[in-house]
Amino acid sequence: MTAVTTEPARRPARGRAESSERVSVLYDIPGPKARIRNNVLTVLVIVAALFAVYVMVTKLDEKNQLSAEMWTPFLRGDVWLNLILPGLLNTLSAAAVAAVIAVPFGFVFGIGRLSERAWIRLAAGAVVEFFRAIPLLIMIFAVMFGGSAVFGLTVTPFAAVVVGLVLYNGSVLAEIVRAGILSIPRGQREAALAVGLRPGQVMRMILLPQAVTVMMPAIVAQLVVLLKDTALGFIVSFEDLLNAGARVLPSNFNNIIPAVIVIAIIYIIINVLVGTVATWLEMRSRRSRKTAAQPIARPDSPTAVEGGLGNPAP
Amino acid sequence: MQALFDEFPVILDAFWLTIRLTLASGLVALVLGTILAGMRVSPLPVLRGIGTTYVNVLRNTPLTLVIVFCGLGLGLVLDVSFSTSLSTNYMWLSIIGLSAYTAAFVCEAIRAGINTVPVGQAEAARAIGLTFGQNLRLIVLPQAFRAVIAPLGSILIALTKNTTIAAAIGVGEASLTMKTLFEAHGDAVVQIFAGFALGFLILTLPTGLLFGWLAKRLAVVR
Repeated sequence: MTAVTTEPARRPARGRAESSERVSVLYDIPGPKARIRNNVLTVLVIVAALFAVYVMVTKLDEKNQLSAEMWTPFLRGDVWLNLILPGLLNTLSAAAVAAVIAVPFGFVFGIGRLSERAWIRLAAGAVVEFFRAIPLLIMIFAVMFGGSAVFGLTVTPFAAVVVGLVLYNGSVLAEIVRAGILSIPRGQREAALAVGLRPGQVMRMILLPQAVTVMMPAIVAQLVVLLKDTALGFIVSFEDLLNAGARVLPSNFNNIIPAVIVIAIIYIIINVLVGTVATWLEMRSRRSRKTAAQPIARPDSPTAVEGGLGNPAP
Repeated sequence: MQALFDEFPVILDAFWLTIRLTLASGLVALVLGTILAGMRVSPLPVLRGIGTTYVNVLRNTPLTLVIVFCGLGLGLVLDVSFSTSLSTNYMWLSIIGLSAYTAAFVCEAIRAGINTVPVGQAEAARAIGLTFGQNLRLIVLPQAFRAVIAPLGSILIALTKNTTIAAAIGVGEASLTMKTLFEAHGDAVVQIFAGFALGFLILTLPTGLLFGWLAKRLAVVR
C-alpha cells in the first residue's frame, strides 16, 4: 500500500536544478505567493525561537548559571577523571552485566512461551507478563528491601539495579524473541517437521537461526532502553553517570544545571550511537537472504500500526 | 497481611496520586505530541528541524534525568513555582518532565499513523484546494489518530509505570510510598510488594484491554 510518508519524497525530476528539491504529499509545491508566505513564517518562527532562547538565557543569567565558574570544571581533566568517568563506567558496567544476563533470559522465556508443553507455556507467560506490567523502579525497591528482609542478604544498589533491569528487559526481550520466531513463515516449520525433524530440532536448526536475524535490530534497540533505565539507579543511590551529574558535581561546584546538561549530552551521544547500530542492523537484516521474514518492529518505533512507520514506497 | 490492611488508605492515596500524574501528563503529552507531529510534517524546514531535534533529544535522555532536571534545575535553581505548597509544586514539576518526555513518543506514534493514511487522501484534499493546515486537521490527522489508538494505549501504560520515577524528586506516588512502607514494616515486605504490584496490574491491564477494544472499534475501514 502506498501511504502518506512524513519523509518528504523526492520530487519527480523535471529539471536538474529542481530535482533536488523535496516535496511532501501533504502540501503543494509552493508557488510564488506560498514561497513568500513560507519565508515570512520561517522568519517569524526563528524570531520566536530566538526570543525563547533569550528568555531562557536571561533567566539562567539572573540565577548566575552562565558564569564561568559554573562551566569551567568541565574543562578540567581531573573533574572528568575523578568525578564523571567513574559514574560513566558504573552506568556502562551495570548496563553490560544486565544485557549479558537479560538476553539469554529473553531467549529462554521467549522460546518457553512457544513450548509444546502447556505448563511451560503458562509459567513462562506468567513471568513475562508480570515483570512487564510492574514498573521497574518498584522491582528495584523490592529487590533492595526484599533481599535483606526475606533472604538476609545485603543487596548493593548495583545488584538491585542489575536484577531489576534483567527481569524487566529480559521479559521485553522474551516478547521480541517470541515475535521474531512467530514472524518466520509457517511453511518453514511445516517443511522441517515434514522432513522428520523433532520440534526441538526445528527450533534450533530452522526457526532460531532465521529469527535471530529478524529480531537483532529490536534487541539492540531494547538495549538503548536498558541503558537509559540504568539511570533509575540514581534513586537508590547507585553511583552512576546521573549520580555524577546530579549529586557529585553539584556538591563540588554548585552547578546543577550545567552538570545535568553535560551529563544529558553524554547519555544522548551513547544512545544515538547504539540506536545507529540498531538502524544499520535493520537495513542489513531487511536485505538479508538468511531469513524468510522481515525484521520485526523495534520497541522504540511505534510500528504496531499496520503498514508500519515510514514504510518505504514500493 | 495486617500491615497491608492497616496502611490501605495510605496505599489508596498513593495510587490516586499515580492516577492524577498519569492523566495530567498524558493529556499534556497528547497535545504537545500532536503539535510536534504537525511540526515534523510541515512545509517549513525550521519547524521540521525543531520537531526532529526535540524528539531525538528527549527520546535519548533517561526520564530520571529529565525529572531530576525539572525538580532541581527548574524548581530549586530557576524558582519555577506553581504552588506555595512544596508537594504540589513538585507534583507539577514532575508532570512537566513526564509530559515533555512522553510527548516525544506520542509524536512518533502519530507520525507513524500519518504514514498509514493512503496517499490518495492527501492528494484529493490538495486537489479540492485545502491548505496544509486544513489537510492535516480535516483529512489526515483524524484518520491517523484512529490508526494509532493501540500504540497510544501502550504509551499510556508506559506513562503509568513511568510516573513512579517522580519519586526521584520526592513526589509521594506509589513507588515512594512503597519504599516508605518497606522501611516502616520490615517484616511485611513481600505482602506490601504484592499489594503494590497488584495495584499496577489493576491500572495497566484494563487500560490495555480498553485501548485494544477502542482500536478495533474505531479502525478505519479501507
